[in-house]
Amino acid sequence: MRYSRRWLRPGHLGTEAEQATFRTLHSASLTAPELREGLTAGSAERAIRHLRDLLGVPAVALTDTVSMLAWDGRFGHHEPQTPALAAFVVGSGNTVVRDRKDFPCADAGCALRQVVVSPLVVEDRVVGTLQAFTSHASAGLVRAAGEVARWVSGNLELAELDASRTRLMEAEVRALRAQISPHFIYNSLTAIASFVRTDPERARELLLEFADFTRYSFSRHGEYTTLAEELRSIERYLVLEKARFGDRLQVTLRVAQEVLPAAVPFLCLQPLVENAVRHGLERKPGTGTVTIIAADQGGECLISVEDDGVGEDPEKVRRALAGDASVDSVGLGNVDARLRTAFGDDYGLVVETGPGAGTKVIVRVPKFAPGVRP
Amino acid sequence: MTAAGYSIIGVTCVFVATLAIGAYGWRFSRTTSDFFVASRTVRPGLNASAIGGEYLSAASFLGVAGLVLAFGTEMLWYPVGWTAGYLVLLVLVAAPLRRSGAYTLPDFAESRLESLGVRRFSSLLVVAIGWLYLMPQFQGAGLALATTTGTGPWLGGVLVAAVVLVNVLFGGMRSITFVQAFQYWLKLTALLFPVLFMTAVWLGDGGVSPASADVGGPDMSGDEWASPLAGGSEHQLYTTYAIIVATFFGTMGLPHVVVRFYTNPDGAAARRTTLFVLALLGLFYVLPPIYGGLGRLYAPDLISSGRTDTVVLELPARMLGGTTGELLSALTTAGAFAAFLSTSSGLTVAVAGVLSQDVMGRRFRGVRAFQAAAVIAVVVPLGLALLTEGVGVARAVGLAFAFAASTFCPLLVLGIWWRRLTDAGAIAGMLVGGGGAGGAVLATLAGVAPDGWPGALLAQPAAWTVPLAFLTMTVVSLATPRRVPRHASRTMASLHTPEAVQLDRGPLPR
Repeated sequence: MRYSRRWLRPGHLGTEAEQATFRTLHSASLTAPELREGLTAGSAERAIRHLRDLLGVPAVALTDTVSMLAWDGRFGHHEPQTPALAAFVVGSGNTVVRDRKDFPCADAGCALRQVVVSPLVVEDRVVGTLQAFTSHASAGLVRAAGEVARWVSGNLELAELDASRTRLMEAEVRALRAQISPHFIYNSLTAIASFVRTDPERARELLLEFADFTRYSFSRHGEYTTLAEELRSIERYLVLEKARFGDRLQVTLRVAQEVLPAAVPFLCLQPLVENAVRHGLERKPGTGTVTIIAADQGGECLISVEDDGVGEDPEKVRRALAGDASVDSVGLGNVDARLRTAFGDDYGLVVETGPGAGTKVIVRVPKFAPGVRP
Repeated sequence: MTAAGYSIIGVTCVFVATLAIGAYGWRFSRTTSDFFVASRTVRPGLNASAIGGEYLSAASFLGVAGLVLAFGTEMLWYPVGWTAGYLVLLVLVAAPLRRSGAYTLPDFAESRLESLGVRRFSSLLVVAIGWLYLMPQFQGAGLALATTTGTGPWLGGVLVAAVVLVNVLFGGMRSITFVQAFQYWLKLTALLFPVLFMTAVWLGDGGVSPASADVGGPDMSGDEWASPLAGGSEHQLYTTYAIIVATFFGTMGLPHVVVRFYTNPDGAAARRTTLFVLALLGLFYVLPPIYGGLGRLYAPDLISSGRTDTVVLELPARMLGGTTGELLSALTTAGAFAAFLSTSSGLTVAVAGVLSQDVMGRRFRGVRAFQAAAVIAVVVPLGLALLTEGVGVARAVGLAFAFAASTFCPLLVLGIWWRRLTDAGAIAGMLVGGGGAGGAVLATLAGVAPDGWPGALLAQPAAWTVPLAFLTMTVVSLATPRRVPRHASRTMASLHTPEAVQLDRGPLPR
């Protein structure tokens, strides 16, 4: 086998030492994506084979602080002893070498005489151990086990980072829900109050709209919703804003029905429409027009939100999209980030604007993306 | 004015209307400042009409009547199967497919099997099926125009291809639900009106049944024509079963049909839509056999001259004569071109979408890539249509169905109903089924089919390729249990649980 492989890969691919390096890097690269899910029985199970390749020992175990997660190699009868071995490093955080008296064995044919136990450390906290079983733990193996454990720890820290980024994103969605409230709630209620005497029936309808709108915005909702739901909420929002602004606010909605079932991030259009209403009407006399178009483009939906207001300095928009919180554009950066997370970097927001030229925000959404479903 | 004149006017009207709607189509799509209508999803009835409009192709409009005229009542299995395909779709596929969130078949393959390999392979198959299905549309168009106006047999195909291409390139990519729904009713009217007039003429002539024994024909008598499997050709029973398998299981693998299901808001609506489609198709398919039956009485010369596919176009003028007949013939011609255009547009959009997304690679993106893909999607089948003549419109479409049934039917049915399907199994099954059916198709197109049993097996491959594909997919999946997708159980749960049920569907696989 080895011979044939040498024959297939002639010498110009590197010296023996270089090839050993390549093999090591290859094993490492196979492990990395598995470990990026965090330290679980499933990820440990898939990663451990490659870790044993890296270390070249008869058996390897991965544990968390109290139980075994995965075992690879022969002599599986030692599996129940791994939690006890893990206990040696959980407290101290240092790599230790233990021999037979700490994992007694009745099997005469068992070649596992010594074990190198190395801690897996995430943010200065021991979260588990890597245990390399061998017949004789050389100084080189101890060093190698320590390095592999450190490399695994690095990947686990990245996993932690991924998780906290997701949590941050969720927190931002919650913040967005809260962000809608103060001004809008006050203004809507004032507008409704003005109808209570003159047109009680309309006031009642508006109150119901208001109730439905807030229920949707504050609902404990998954990450994604359908474009239909999102547009329904926007229609309610616009009814309430029209009650406040009257004929000053003109709205055109043009929606191709074919795109309505598409999955979009929850509350991804609402901030754009809110911006359009504000920019279309504020700092400007007379009427403002907001145009919302959702068009079918084969495999994609094209959604645009446009106002004919005072426009914006493109540089400021660029900063808002880059996540500069000081720029006064509600949630633009947040929407952009969530669209990119859901559909990839090809699907960020496109903003066309200039001073005095109005603003047009374009969202492209694929009709299908793996993992995105309402 | 001559009959050809009326036909040209009718066809021109269809062309102009199609182009105009393509260019200004988006204006029809719900321009409103009224609230609470924009977010209302497409109703099942409208969506079903749209599916009918896109689905009823040249094979249904011209081919069925021609087959019934030439070969007798056992050919009724074609329209029956093309309708019953939706029954299979309704029972086994419609709702779970919608719940999967997939827009195209490759999307479904990717989300269910979590494998890019299956996705790429499915994309190639979509393109193959699309081309195989587009080819007879162009051939039918050539035939129709040649029959009614006496032009060369290639002109109609080139015209339809050009109109479709212009529409897709400049009008945009949308296949608007409303427009396609209108096409269904146009096609129905174009067949129904002449039938009413022709039936009156037939009753006036004494109402002789085309099935009675004393009605002669150039090939067989009326009672032979009306009794299934009575004709002289070999292996008719096998051929009938093969047609049944191909049409029953092929419908779910047609790219332009699957795309339409995305428009349904949820699984229940998908089922309701399919039910409406069944009713609409059942209504439509009553009509073409009437043309076939009346054709035996009033146009038997078409059988001996081998031009049976033109019976729908010629019969009204022959039976009624005068301006009325010519106008009605113009109506059926216009309806035929509506059929070519709507089916070809739907297929071109579906094939070009898959080509630009999965085959042309990530470096070509956006509108340009789609336009380039649309050109390829039209030109290749047009070339094939001009090269291979005389296969017969319904036969060629039948081959497309056999190919779809041998590849996507096992993928969809096993993917939806069997947890242990693996990506390796899916590819192996589609390879075997597609290879068998594809080889048979090539042999038929090249005209090298042998006689006897091998010839029958190649002419109608579905009866052996579909079970073979199912078997391969199952066996290879069982042999590769380690390749069962990681999130198979979760995917299955979300495919089969109604959307209204509160259920922790968990984070989805990426």
